[in-house]
Amino acid sequence: MMRLELVKRPQRSMLFSALSPFIAFGLTIVAGAIMFALLGVNPLSAFRIYFIEPISQVWQLHELAIKAAPLILIAVGLSVCFKANIWNIGAEGQFILGAIVGSIIPVFFPQFEGPLVLPLMLLFGMVGGAAYAAIPALLKTRFGTNEILTSLMLVYVAQLFLDWLVRGPWRDPQGHGFPQTIQFNDSAILPELMPDAGRANWGFVFALVAAVAIWILMSRMLKGFEVRVLGSSPRAGRFAGFGLNRMVFFAFLLSGALAGLAGISEVSGAIGQLQPVISPGYGFTAIIVAFLGRLNPLGIVAAGLVLALTYLGGEAVQSALGISDKVARVFQGMLLFFVLGCDTLIHYRIRLIGLAAPKLEAAPKLKEAR
Amino acid sequence: MSANHDGTTLLEVRGLTKIFGTLTACDHVDLNIAKGEIHALLGENGAGKSTLVKMLFGSLEPNSGEIFWNGQAVRITSPGAAKKLGIGMVFQHFSLFEALTAAENIALSLDDGSPISSIAAKARALSYSYGLPLDPESLVGDLSVGERQRIEIIRCLLQTPQLIILDEPTSVLTPQEADKLFETLERLRSEGKSILYISHRLEEVKRICDRATVLRHGKVVGHCNPRQETASSLARMMVGNEVKAVVRAPAEGIETAPALLDIRALTRKPATPFSIPLKNINLRVRAGEVIGIAGVAGNGQGEFFESVSGEVLQQDAGSVRIRGKDAGGLTITGRRLMGAAFVPEERLGHGAAPRMKLSENLLLSRHATDGKAFVGSGGMVKSSAVYSAAQRIIEAMDVRKSAPDPEAAALSGGNLQKFIVGRELDRRPSVMVVNQPTWGVDAGAAAHIRQALIELARSGSAVLVISQDLDELFEISDAIAVMHNGELSKPLPIAEATFEKIGLLMGGAEPGHAEHTLETA
Repeated sequence: MMRLELVKRPQRSMLFSALSPFIAFGLTIVAGAIMFALLGVNPLSAFRIYFIEPISQVWQLHELAIKAAPLILIAVGLSVCFKANIWNIGAEGQFILGAIVGSIIPVFFPQFEGPLVLPLMLLFGMVGGAAYAAIPALLKTRFGTNEILTSLMLVYVAQLFLDWLVRGPWRDPQGHGFPQTIQFNDSAILPELMPDAGRANWGFVFALVAAVAIWILMSRMLKGFEVRVLGSSPRAGRFAGFGLNRMVFFAFLLSGALAGLAGISEVSGAIGQLQPVISPGYGFTAIIVAFLGRLNPLGIVAAGLVLALTYLGGEAVQSALGISDKVARVFQGMLLFFVLGCDTLIHYRIRLIGLAAPKLEAAPKLKEAR
Repeated sequence: MSANHDGTTLLEVRGLTKIFGTLTACDHVDLNIAKGEIHALLGENGAGKSTLVKMLFGSLEPNSGEIFWNGQAVRITSPGAAKKLGIGMVFQHFSLFEALTAAENIALSLDDGSPISSIAAKARALSYSYGLPLDPESLVGDLSVGERQRIEIIRCLLQTPQLIILDEPTSVLTPQEADKLFETLERLRSEGKSILYISHRLEEVKRICDRATVLRHGKVVGHCNPRQETASSLARMMVGNEVKAVVRAPAEGIETAPALLDIRALTRKPATPFSIPLKNINLRVRAGEVIGIAGVAGNGQGEFFESVSGEVLQQDAGSVRIRGKDAGGLTITGRRLMGAAFVPEERLGHGAAPRMKLSENLLLSRHATDGKAFVGSGGMVKSSAVYSAAQRIIEAMDVRKSAPDPEAAALSGGNLQKFIVGRELDRRPSVMVVNQPTWGVDAGAAAHIRQALIELARSGSAVLVISQDLDELFEISDAIAVMHNGELSKPLPIAEATFEKIGLLMGGAEPGHAEHTLETA
């Protein structure tokens, strides 16, 4: 008989801390190959279509950046929450509210043009996302509600609110009844970075700046230290004089603002108007991005690109092989599953145990001993 | 005495070894316990006593070695198996549900489906026959620590064990309660039962144990008859060398010195149904003196510490005054800025964040008081300044570690405690409040910490030490007050204090009554 046993490491393993996402990615590929084989397609060609072809040309890299930008923006904000042991699962809702509040200016003041429009819209978007995130923070600090549930449920509220807006009061009167707002004017459109090469817009730059800024905050600043202390040992945090309630607000407002910025960047950049659905689940996928990036903002940039690729790959296999693009969700799910599983290796090592020491095994049964 | 000790071996352990990662917690331990003896297992914290006992009780599996029970090799795979063999255990930390009655708690652990009323009757009979009176109908939450221990002992006895393992049983008892326990243990011995008695208190081991096995760094360093040893010869065996005695120069001119910490009518309602309310506590700690607070664990010391440190604020700002100013409305950061420093009881998770480096743990309590030195403009941490300050403390307190700046959890308890105390001493605080300064710390490190606290006081600071260790309080305090059930007695000058007087107060003798006995004593 052989069995596996987890043995606690005396210190956390730096090696596996860095290696775990890669092992997880490898396992996802193996499991993905099995899935493709079961679907009756050659795994090798499927992987080529899924992972290689979507990024083989420059314009495709721009598409990758468009998908990665909101993922990274949201995930770096979430990484602060998760490090503080605060579970904001509602970034999708904050993303939507950011998009709605940011759109107030182009929807209600279409004649307002000039260089002020965009900065105002972005600011509104951040305020909208932060304000929406303040609801679960308030409920948690005031009434002790579980923020996982409240923030998650508020996602559906936001989605239905957006749906109602674009079908009702905010619908474009000249839109032939389509559920959408008017097209934003040119001042309200986030410019493309390199219009000749592809569609990627300033949203990707925001994402990179946010990642670097949050990295500095978390690794170099007292506030980041406060986040880490309260997250890892709240009692020690209280002893340090850090307030847990203040931290709940800080983490929710920060991540909400970044999700809101992602939301308004998405509608003013990639879409150009409000529609009933503006996100393929960025706010949820960003949770995977945050963990795959080890809650490290720089790791999150890499993880954001990988997860963006799963979206593009999903679209590619749908058009090339006729497989549902839900396959993207399957890949994302497997990735999160494996990355959380592999994280066990950071604190434990696996030991293969053969037969236990024979002299112990040879002891008589307890009943006889009695 | 050891009349019933007939020499037949009940339990024999040969070459028992347990390895955790790189640490060999028990290294080829040999032990043998005869029928009808009280056998002491001596050793400092971290010597491997708990690991050994956990293997005997089946909660840990040894890596190698043999266990013989009545001469037969056995494998103890679970606590259930240990109980079936006839091994019972009373843990240092109780596992009782506070919202249930004593009888219900006992029924839960027996798990044999017998009705609670019959268990209660049995428990009552047993408790009286062993001189451990216990009301099985009482709620555990209402009981004192000593009474809770009785439940654990009765629960263990109901399973009619032949070997009873007691882990540091007197650490939560008053001297008088401990005397009662010793009577019970002697009674059990006279019935032919064996007892494995784990302790680091040498006087009580000398008093009740027939034989002793001494562990050091996981190895057996000797077997002896404690009655033929002196306390200092036993200590030498445990520690491996002589421990430097703490020197306490007499405090001078204290009466006229200003009170740097002044607690007036401090009252606190219980935060949970099972926490202790603080009732009208008054205490003054003057510059230059060390005041000790004795008391059985769980009598409000934790609540008191939280209130004084500012982790919990007071409604009446004047109920805690630091250096002559009201501090009751200030947070712990505000109180630190007034010159106070605090060392909590729990090292990992309260005094230090386990997974953070020592330098980060330095920042934990000093980010505000040393804001200029450690935090630059815009909230950036000056990590090199923090690092060199941490190294300074490590050197001053002789903190032993395996890496230049290890995680707090990687240090032994004693070394981490030296760092945490050193972190505060390094500030030269004018008020220092320490809860259990040397709990779980080896003798050498404990002496170092105690000496440092005395020196801090003599250099003009006010030092308040909360401790369950009476020896420690008598060693370092200029006066000792006793906390019982959320009330604090008047401090007794050390010249007048005796173990007996303090013990009476710890047991809850009415303050007035206690003073009366003190006057007549």
